[in-house]
Parts: sequence; structure tokens; C-alpha cells
Amino acid sequence: MHELAVCQAMLEQVAGIAAREQASEVTRIIVRIGPLSGVVPELLEQAFTIARSGTIANQAELITEATGIRVRCSQCGAETDAGITRMICGKCGDYRTQLLSGDELLLASVELNRAEQAVE
Amino acid sequence: MCDTCGCNVTQGNRHLIEAGGKHEHTHDGKVAVEVLENLLSENDHQAGHNRQHFGNHGVLAVNLMSSPGSGKTSLLEATIDALNQEFRIAVIVGDLETENDAERIRSKGISAVQITTGTACHLDAHMVHSALHQLNLDDLDIVFVENVGNLVCPASFDLGQHLNVTLLSVTEGDDKPAKYPVIFRAADAILISKSDLLPYLDDFKPERAEQAIRHLASEAPVLNLSARNSSTLDNWLTWLRKAFTIQDARRAAGETTKPKIQPEGEKLHAHG
Ligand SMILES: Nc1nc2c(ncn2[C@@H]2O[C@H](COP(=O)(O)OP(=O)(O)OP(=O)(O)O)[C@@H](O)[C@H]2O)c(=O)[nH]1
Ligand SMILES: [Zn+2]
Ligand SMILES: [Zn+2]
Ligand SMILES: [Zn+2]
Ligand SMILES: [Zn+2]
Repeated sequence: MHELAVCQAMLEQVAGIAAREQASEVTRIIVRIGPLSGVVPELLEQAFTIARSGTIANQAELITEATGIRVRCSQCGAETDAGITRMICGKCGDYRTQLLSGDELLLASVELNRAEQAVE
Repeated sequence: MCDTCGCNVTQGNRHLIEAGGKHEHTHDGKVAVEVLENLLSENDHQAGHNRQHFGNHGVLAVNLMSSPGSGKTSLLEATIDALNQEFRIAVIVGDLETENDAERIRSKGISAVQITTGTACHLDAHMVHSALHQLNLDDLDIVFVENVGNLVCPASFDLGQHLNVTLLSVTEGDDKPAKYPVIFRAADAILISKSDLLPYLDDFKPERAEQAIRHLASEAPVLNLSARNSSTLDNWLTWLRKAFTIQDARRAAGETTKPKIQPEGEKLHAHG
């Protein structure tokens, strides 16, 4: 369950952003997770419900967006969709491909209320 | 150092940073801040710092990953026996509770720092940092990190190593790469361990394991070996010697390397 460690790292980054933006609360966090990142979105969501308490994201909702796997073939140059255990070129079948997307582990965006907005 | 460099930005999501401004207002009046920062950027910065420590002292750092009991410590013992005269070696061992592995290494007259992770299923860059400060890097050539036995979690944390090695013992089944693609994809070399047991296992075919690895688009060498039979270690020792020479040349040129990252990723991770 390294998702808890990942979640805590995410919440630290979110806290930094919230401080910089002078936010009174964080309402939504959007992360983008590729199937090859080694992080399971459901486990991250579970960890989040535990880890958020006592932070500025206490009330926040976590949205995980899955990204697709794309590869580029170093032999024929084709860019094709791939599967987690089938990363070969979709066109010529060669295994010497390069990952274009699918291993992302990104904090994509943070929605927040600014301090002055929260007053009214 | 790289809050805005777009670590981990790939072809698939690059348009998101290129399009439009950073701040946007959502329909309900909240402020949406676009970030695109690697979730593990804190760990990754520490890892970069660790790599610098290793690099500055001319040390090659190799991270060993596998299921519990696949033979990491045994391989280290055999490797130390084989290379003791050639390289000055130390080991950083991650273990849930015990000091057993570290004691096994120390009994060979080698420094071993134990990181007791408690419940943690992986090592992270901060743990390795405090361990490496307990070693005299000036007196070393190769530092092995024996990660916690686990085929999932260790793959997600950069420790500051130069190379990853993933072990697959023949008693685990040749379909493991298909079941745990992330850790096998991360490997710069894959070792099929306990090969002395192959004659007794009719269902493990090294070729099938290798094919599953190629289906993950990995070009890493796949080497069969047994810690119980030193004559099977040659390919591994050769790989290691070559890795050391390459790292030494890189260091002399003021460069370093990270564990297997494909060319596109390397370009986008250029901040090191
Ligand atoms: N037959 C055979 N047994 C081996 C070999 N290597 C290790 N073993 C045995 O496998 C068991 C586990 O080996 P270790 O080297 O402790 O494995 P490990 O990966 O370090 O284990 P953890 O640190 O607990 O994850 C021990 O009983 C070893 O004697 C090998 O090459 N051949
Ligand atoms: Zn874990
Ligand atoms: Zn192709
Ligand atoms: Zn061990
Ligand atoms: Zn330091």
C-alpha cells in the first residue's frame, strides 16, 4: 500500500499550492494516473479519505483520471495504442517501442477557494 | 529546482501545459490551478540529490528488487565473494523488521546499513539518504540497495540509484512479468534466479519469461543464474563490470544516468 505514501506526498504539494494561492480551502484535486505508474487509482482514493483529514484538503474531492498507453515503434515509426502487458507495436508487432504515455503520476489541477472569497 | 519543468510530461498530456494560461475560473467561481507536477516530486528531488552523492564519489548504485525470498541477499553474498578483490562494495538493505540480511552481508566483512521500514512496503529516497550518510562513499566503488521484497511498491520510488535489477526466481512462475509489468519494465537487467532448480520445475521456461518481458517492450538483458553455483554468475558479473565502467566514463564526462527511462522520458526529465 504505497498509495498512502503517494497520497501524503500529493497532499504536501497541494498544501504548498494552497498556501501560495492564499486559499482558505481546497475543494477538488485532479490527478492523472497511467496504468504503468504503479499506483492503483482506487487505492489512492481510499488512502485519500484517510490522509486528507486535518489538512487544508479536508473537504476536498479527489478525481483520478486514467490515461491511455501509447507507444511509438522504433522500427516502423507507427504510434499505436498498447496494453499494460502488450507493449509491442500495434502495426508491425516489434517489441522495441518507446512509451509515449501511460506512466504518468501527475497532480493535474487543484480547485480552491481564495481566502477573501470564503469570507462572504 | 523544477517545480515548473513539467517532470513526467509526455506526448499524451503535453498539450495541457501548452494550451492556455495556468489559472482558470470554474463555472462555480472557484479557482482552478493547473499544476502538472509529478506526485512524487519531493521524493524525486531527494533521489536526484542521492544520485549526486553517489556520482561525486565515483560510486555506482544498483537497486535490487524482487518478491520476498527470490534470492537478493544470496546473490549479493555470491557477488561479494566473486568481486571482493576487484571492487569495494557496500550494501544498504531494506527490511520490514529484522537485521538478518545486514548481518549476513556483514559476516563477509562488508559494510551493510539496515533500513528497518516497519510497515512500509518499499524504500524511498529519504530513507536511502540517511543510510548513505552512514557509509564512507570515498572508500567504495559499488553500493547495492536491497529493496524490500515486493514486486509492486518499490518500482514507484526512485532512490537515487543508477541502475535497477529485478530478480525472478524460477519457483515463482514464468508469468510474473505479465502480472507485475511495472517492476519488470523498470529493470535495466532481469535475473532469473535459482536456475539450479530448473531441472525440477517442468513449468518454468526461461524463454517464456523472456517473451513476457519483451511484450513489455523491455530490451533489458535476461540472465539465468544460481547463487548456489558460482560458475553461472559470469554473465551477471560481466554486466556489472561493464555498468561500472560506463558509469565511471559518464561521471568523468560530468554526466549521470537514471534507471531505465525511455528516450522520450529522458528528454523530458532533463533536469536530472
Ligand atoms: N536452490 C537455490 N536456493 C536459493 C538460491 N538463492 C537463494 N536461495 C534460497 O532462497 C531463500 C531466500 O533467499 P534470500 O537470498 O534470503 O532471498 P531474498 O530475496 O534476499 O529474501 P528477502 O530479503 O526476504 O526478500 C533462502 O533459503 C536461500 O537459501 C539459489 O540460487 N538456488
Ligand atoms: Zn505499497
Ligand atoms: Zn512497428
Ligand atoms: Zn534479503
Ligand atoms: Zn546528503
